[in-house]
Amino acid sequence: MPRLAGAQILFECLVREGVDVIFGYPGGAILPAYDAMLQYPIHHVLVRHEQGASHMADGYARASGRVGVCMSTSGPGATNMITGLATAMMDSIPVVAITGQVGTKVIGSDAFQETDVTGVTLPVTKHNYLVSNVEDLPHILREAFYVARHGRPGPVLVDIPKDVQLATMEFEYPTNPIQLPNERLLKKYAPDEYIARAAEMINQAQRPLILAGHGVLLSGAMDELLAFAEKTNTPVALTLLGIGGFPAEHPQCLGMMGMHGGVYVNEAIQNADLLLAMGMRFDDRVTGNLKTYSPNSKKIHFEIDPSEINKNVKVDIPLLGDLKMSLQKLTPLVKPNKHDAWWEQLRAAMEQDPIRDVLDWESPDGLMSEHVIHDLWTATQGEAIVATDVGQHQMWEAQYYLHNKPHTLITSGGLGTMGYALPAAIGAKMARPDAEVWVIAGDGGFQMTMAELATIVQEKLKINIMILNNGYLGMVRQWQELFYGARYAATPIFSPEFAKIANAYGIPGYVIDKRADVAGVLDEVRSSPGPALIEFRVKMEDAVFPMVPAGANLQDMIKREKVVQPL
Amino acid sequence: MKHTLVALVEDKPGVLNRVASLFRRRNFNIESLTVGHTDQPQISRMTIVIDSDNTNAYIVEANLAKLVNVIDIQDVTHQETISRDMALIKVRVDAGGRAEIAQLAEIFRAKIVDVGADSVVVEVTGDEDKIDGLVELLRPKGILEMVRTGRISMLRGNQARKESNGNGHYNGNANGQPPRDAAPSSV
Repeated sequence: MPRLAGAQILFECLVREGVDVIFGYPGGAILPAYDAMLQYPIHHVLVRHEQGASHMADGYARASGRVGVCMSTSGPGATNMITGLATAMMDSIPVVAITGQVGTKVIGSDAFQETDVTGVTLPVTKHNYLVSNVEDLPHILREAFYVARHGRPGPVLVDIPKDVQLATMEFEYPTNPIQLPNERLLKKYAPDEYIARAAEMINQAQRPLILAGHGVLLSGAMDELLAFAEKTNTPVALTLLGIGGFPAEHPQCLGMMGMHGGVYVNEAIQNADLLLAMGMRFDDRVTGNLKTYSPNSKKIHFEIDPSEINKNVKVDIPLLGDLKMSLQKLTPLVKPNKHDAWWEQLRAAMEQDPIRDVLDWESPDGLMSEHVIHDLWTATQGEAIVATDVGQHQMWEAQYYLHNKPHTLITSGGLGTMGYALPAAIGAKMARPDAEVWVIAGDGGFQMTMAELATIVQEKLKINIMILNNGYLGMVRQWQELFYGARYAATPIFSPEFAKIANAYGIPGYVIDKRADVAGVLDEVRSSPGPALIEFRVKMEDAVFPMVPAGANLQDMIKREKVVQPL
Repeated sequence: MKHTLVALVEDKPGVLNRVASLFRRRNFNIESLTVGHTDQPQISRMTIVIDSDNTNAYIVEANLAKLVNVIDIQDVTHQETISRDMALIKVRVDAGGRAEIAQLAEIFRAKIVDVGADSVVVEVTGDEDKIDGLVELLRPKGILEMVRTGRISMLRGNQARKESNGNGHYNGNANGQPPRDAAPSSV
């Protein structure tokens, strides 16, 4: 058995977990680990701010389905990562964060760069560890990856004091099976009896509807969902994070539900007699007013997390456990069905769809973001990985970029983290180097993390960046317009010339303000070998429609007024 | 109504903090929380009392089950249990009044465990109602100080705490509640 230092053991374990890239930033308390890293076949991506590191690990995990790893020093390095951990926590993303900590002898003494990192990250991690003894390090690291992946995934933080990184031990990689203390409490598979009752309920339904969420992707249940939906001819509505879990262009796909979902999608939810909620958690952004939510339906909840059952919406049958397994058991028990009357009703409503109208508009008063995103979808044939920021452009992306494949929309859903797109795209590109990766960001969010442009250049990554600049914090402005008497408090925002910022990093920059120029610039950028940034100067006061105001009834959507369209 | 949850947790630094942090973060309102050793080293036992009119007991239980350090969690509200609370009550009393306090204590099977010049300390054990009853009788005498442990609970008879069957007992019935028959099977 070799005698190794904690810092070496860290990488021995990471390599055995299949880690080949780490996003991080060095500093005093993590120096021994960085020094040891040079001996191991792990590529380190130097970020420009530790928030970028945690978002990159998150983007890496979303694009690949593997655990993303980020690393920082103690104190400010660790606290800077918190936004990324909270983002990963809300969206159930498997991330392992390694942080340096001051030496065990001085913990609690307010030493230089000391923060109680396990304390401050407790509510934004699935679990965390402070390693007080090097002998504990191997099994803690193994367990950290296991916890991150297992059940409902999530971020796990391992805080390693500097003296533990330097301490040595006879290292042998543990091989005993991991059994978490709470593991017996959490159900892996739904019981057959419940599956049978669910099948009966499904066979009797007249107006069933599948609500497909992030769990479809996390469980890898795309094929099972498709098989179930096709056998029963059940329509499929998607949550924002469920996008890609079912092909957008499949005839049974209705599209996104909720606050900015299709009118007919939300109507279908309200009219259904059976909701099949698969790996979704009835978030307030998809339910609107809970008191009037889908009042006449029975509900079957496919869910891996017991604490989500009946949290927001009372359900008739909970199917706890892995969605893929549940569907594998369920599909053979359900009868093939046509649901002709239900589909007739849905198709009639789909023809009235106001979302698609806008695509045919001429827009003489300015370039429309909806058109730019539609043109990107056309140019990339819907095959790109798109990382978005948060706000209007994010909703337009979800409405107008149709994703047929899983893991191609990388977006912060639960936490709604501005500044997410650029670092998440870097993580996605590291995970899927052959994929075409696009950033879609607004002028506000992009300025939060644009320092990571340097990371793109240093790593020689081919990432294309689209900034939809409307001169406002657009979604907040939209709420001010609709709900605060159009008093635009602090939403007009100055931006630098993004193209010149890009140039300063050696990245070609473009500025486009006419629809006629969109396709050309997209072609040019796509065929160029390196990264590029395009600023689209778009209509300033466009708004995302349709819209369910926060807390309103799902059927009471604000629709785009057709009179807005000039003749 | 009051729900009683019994949890077995790893006896490690920070575990109580994780439980308390969970309650704060999820806005769970707890009536009492007691922690102590069990017969097994490295395992602590918690008794948690919540008012299910304000806080859904199932959601509390399910969230506790998600904490990695929680070994077992069970809602024993609808099972036959013995529940005890203990109080130490310091009452203002001069030499002339001690006999009356002693009589009251005897009725409640309480004990006087300390006598000062102008006070006595009464120790009482029982369910919460019994202790509340004694407290109300002593209050007019002048309570100087009181401390209560909060409820501890144990199943009656041969039933021991359930050793989970490896399939999770969050089967959830049609109401999503943990099934009543999730009661101990390993008698």
